[in-house]
Amino acid sequence: MSIQAKFHLERGDFTLDVDLQIPGKGVTALFGRSGSGKTTILRCLAGLERIEDARLQFNGDLWQDATFFLPVHQRPLGYVFQEASLFPHLTAKNNLLYGFKRISARERRVQLDDVVSLLGLETLLTRYPDALSGGQRQRVAIGRALLTSPQLLLMDEPMASLDVTSKGEILPYLERLRDELSIPVVYVSHAIEEVARLADHMVLLEAGRTLAQGPLQTLLTRTDLPLAHSEQASAVIEGTVAVHHEPDHLTEVTFAGGSLLISRQQRAIGAPLRARILARDVSVALARPDASSVLNSLQVRIAEISDDPHPGHMILSLDVGGQTLLARISLRSCRQLALEKGQTLWAMVKGVAVT
Amino acid sequence: MPISLSPQDTMALWVTFKLAVISTTILLVLCAPAAWWLAHTRWRGKVVVEALVTLPLVLPPTVLGFYLLLLLGPRGWVGGTLESMGFNHLAFSFTGLVIGSMIYSLPFVMQPLTNAFQATGTRVLEVAATLRASPLDRFFTIVAPLARRGFLTAAVLSFAHTLGEFGVIIMIGGNIPGQTQVASIAIYDHVEAMDYQSAHALALILVVLSFSLLLAVYGLNKKFKVVGVGS
Repeated sequence: MSIQAKFHLERGDFTLDVDLQIPGKGVTALFGRSGSGKTTILRCLAGLERIEDARLQFNGDLWQDATFFLPVHQRPLGYVFQEASLFPHLTAKNNLLYGFKRISARERRVQLDDVVSLLGLETLLTRYPDALSGGQRQRVAIGRALLTSPQLLLMDEPMASLDVTSKGEILPYLERLRDELSIPVVYVSHAIEEVARLADHMVLLEAGRTLAQGPLQTLLTRTDLPLAHSEQASAVIEGTVAVHHEPDHLTEVTFAGGSLLISRQQRAIGAPLRARILARDVSVALARPDASSVLNSLQVRIAEISDDPHPGHMILSLDVGGQTLLARISLRSCRQLALEKGQTLWAMVKGVAVT
Repeated sequence: MPISLSPQDTMALWVTFKLAVISTTILLVLCAPAAWWLAHTRWRGKVVVEALVTLPLVLPPTVLGFYLLLLLGPRGWVGGTLESMGFNHLAFSFTGLVIGSMIYSLPFVMQPLTNAFQATGTRVLEVAATLRASPLDRFFTIVAPLARRGFLTAAVLSFAHTLGEFGVIIMIGGNIPGQTQVASIAIYDHVEAMDYQSAHALALILVVLSFSLLLAVYGLNKKFKVVGVGS
């Protein structure tokens, strides 16, 4: 565990009371509705918010306790704000270099050229912020944070203020970051698609408290948590690209429980790939469905049958080679098929989102 | 009409400019942190400070000068304390003039600076802090450049305001040639003595200088515009 944080705050009728363990690598999503305290936690981690009752340790270094507070500018972190907040009086290049100039030469693990090519900033360097689009500004802001060679990257809904096009433009860069950075990233979001696409680990927040924290796949499919019962309930399957079926424009992804056919992906054979499958897109059959237009059928075992807030629905947790898939089916089907825990079934997957 | 200045008038001009430069400089240095605080504090007593700061704008300069005279004079709280410590009191001295001018021009420096700092906001400073900039570093590399129009406006207003100062100075400065006699008072003296030609010469110089100053400033202001920042 690399970040241990305990924050307690009472402000008006908002109470924040959390005890977090955030792993030393990968992307941890702070997920919850607005008002759940996500941003406040992130600001406390950075030291932008100074609350009295707090204890924060990073990689064994004390950042804050009852008597000690390490000022923001002395913490080795990078912070990406919701809106890009570039310095309006500096060019993109000088924005990028602002933090870089302020760390000592031997701390500089990230160079300007690295960031420029990672984030595709080549043509933007001489421009002032007001001549950049929202997505471009946010890319510069991310690059600026990276150029301080941070040991921890904090991102506060970096795509919230962007339109769909700009989001689509930023997401691939964020995925590259996730894959190429060896530092922990704490990512605040209220969009589950984003979290499912980027995060490895998740902290689920509600009204200033943690409902749960743990690996993304576990939390998405835990039926005692609200996620598995939401309209967007989904599971994430991690596999590797096995083969491209060119004439059919399909890519086959294999994992311990079988394989999935998805639309053709521009990824190399052997590359890791995450597939997000919505519970409402999974139906089940007792026998292997041979004559069906559904591409993907997986042999699964029922790990759990649980009620859904909708009285006519049930949620099935299905074990597929050690990973979990969720299926939302009708109560009537559940009864007619006489489903029970431990039973082996075929799951038909109608839609796969690649993340 | 040929413009020729008597040595005394030249001296009065010199005192005027010295006064304007010194009081403007000190005001800018002192008001920058104060205006920063005023722009960002959530303290409820803030309105009292705002009212106090604006007071010199509303009061007749003679009222201001009168109280300063009482305060800085030999029997005043400040002047008396100085006397008892073996220094001179400040009435009828150049130092007294500087103090008077500073109070007189205070609102003209505080207003533009406070507005500029409010427009700058705190977000850019938070960003700078996460980029390892210390508080002082943040002030000089972020706040100062973003608020430069505010600084420019404050400097010009204070300078110009001091050039035209009359009431406060006549109350606390007296009219000592070479020490506390400024151009505006010298003009008044010339008019009193029916010496219109000398009054003309000084007045015209002030008009031309003030106009050139403002012209230069508005030109600069345009060039200084920070794109995307309203200040």
